[in-house]
Amino acid sequence: MIEAELSRSVQRWCPSATGVTGAAKLSGGASQETWRFDIVHTDGPIGAILRRSPKGYGAAPTRAAGLAAEAQLMQLAYEAGVPSPRVMHVLTPDEQLGTGFIMQRVEGETIARKILRDDEYAAARPHLARQIGGVLAGLHKLPQDKLPELRSRGATQEIDEFERDYRSLNWPKPVFELALRWLRDHDPGPSAETTLVHGDFRNGNLIIGADGVRAVLDWELAHLGDPMEDLGWVCVNSWRFGEIDKPVGGFGSREELFAGYEAAGRKCDPARVKFWEVMGTLRWGIMCGGMMQRFREGPDHSMERAMIGRRASETEIDLLRLLAPRGS
Amino acid sequence: MQDEPTPIELTKAVADFLRNDITPLISGHQAFKLRVAINILDLVTRQLTREEGSDAAEVERLRALLGMDGSVTDLNRALAERIAKGEVDLSTPGLAEHLWATTMDKLAVDQPNYASYKREQGRGG
Repeated sequence: MIEAELSRSVQRWCPSATGVTGAAKLSGGASQETWRFDIVHTDGPIGAILRRSPKGYGAAPTRAAGLAAEAQLMQLAYEAGVPSPRVMHVLTPDEQLGTGFIMQRVEGETIARKILRDDEYAAARPHLARQIGGVLAGLHKLPQDKLPELRSRGATQEIDEFERDYRSLNWPKPVFELALRWLRDHDPGPSAETTLVHGDFRNGNLIIGADGVRAVLDWELAHLGDPMEDLGWVCVNSWRFGEIDKPVGGFGSREELFAGYEAAGRKCDPARVKFWEVMGTLRWGIMCGGMMQRFREGPDHSMERAMIGRRASETEIDLLRLLAPRGS
Repeated sequence: MQDEPTPIELTKAVADFLRNDITPLISGHQAFKLRVAINILDLVTRQLTREEGSDAAEVERLRALLGMDGSVTDLNRALAERIAKGEVDLSTPGLAEHLWATTMDKLAVDQPNYASYKREQGRGG
């Protein structure tokens, strides 16, 4: 039972903590789990989140930065005033909890459909695109000499990697071929400036409250690269959930995003952002193909995974809208 | 020839049973999974209804575009290779129209409620 191990853990590093209650698994892949629980404290309960690889799951996927790096990045972001949960503790081997970290729970909503439709967020919505620009600027300004070791990835390497992933699926798709050609022809080359890139900054990885963005989550794919990658990825149509005329997560316009970014003292390059939006759309399409392949070949024979495979066609229509629009 | 009722009629009957009779009895995570299952049956029903016609039209377009014959799979593979090699691109007459028609046919089966699809459907040919 995970509560026993967690209770022993919190009593060691959290003064006046006597144990934990209400541990519940929020999500769990093969190698990473997220749990919520409350620390029982003499001053009242403290909401907490555990992110871990259970014992025996040492190897992270090749693109992942690893949980230790993720904890370090969230802590840096928190200290720099980028909305982020406070990291309370990094697990040690003798705690028998695997590898990972414990952070303070930030209340709010991550489900995009609710954020885009519920009255509770109506006042926040018109400001979110600009606010996201400011958050990304803060993230890209994090001091590089304090960052953990991260892989470095530019546009050309990303195209190579996605092409390899796509070819390994043996899944000929003329629209994907067209997108790959377009990316090769429009490869902007190395960016003038390399910064920390979050790598998965989008709806679903942002905790939003009535007051706006409260936390940026899932730093798993963080790397060093072109900061415009994050701006392009947040504009991919797949995260707009029907609000297709509001490119930034269904919240607002690219102009608002850029204005928020530049107000925080950073420059935008709209052509690079468009390149990364096309790249991101193809990236999600290839990920859908990966789901299809795992459904077919792997042990996880789930219906959900099968249906995500069928969502590749959504990215095909979005790629056509970007690369071969039919006029108005 | 196989007997009747047809696969379309059978999948539709199962989907309707799950939707109308079973959904009210199920809650929580199982209700979510039931919804996914119904979505799958609806998708299969749409595919069975439309696939024959859309594949035939796709093959027709691919033959004209590539100047060769083959199954819909072979022809798609050939088109993908030609685009990869740069032999065919958006300046090739008929390519954009073909990709749009094929993609619209896919979305009509996979995700007829996807906002981009609805927008393009309103725009027409």
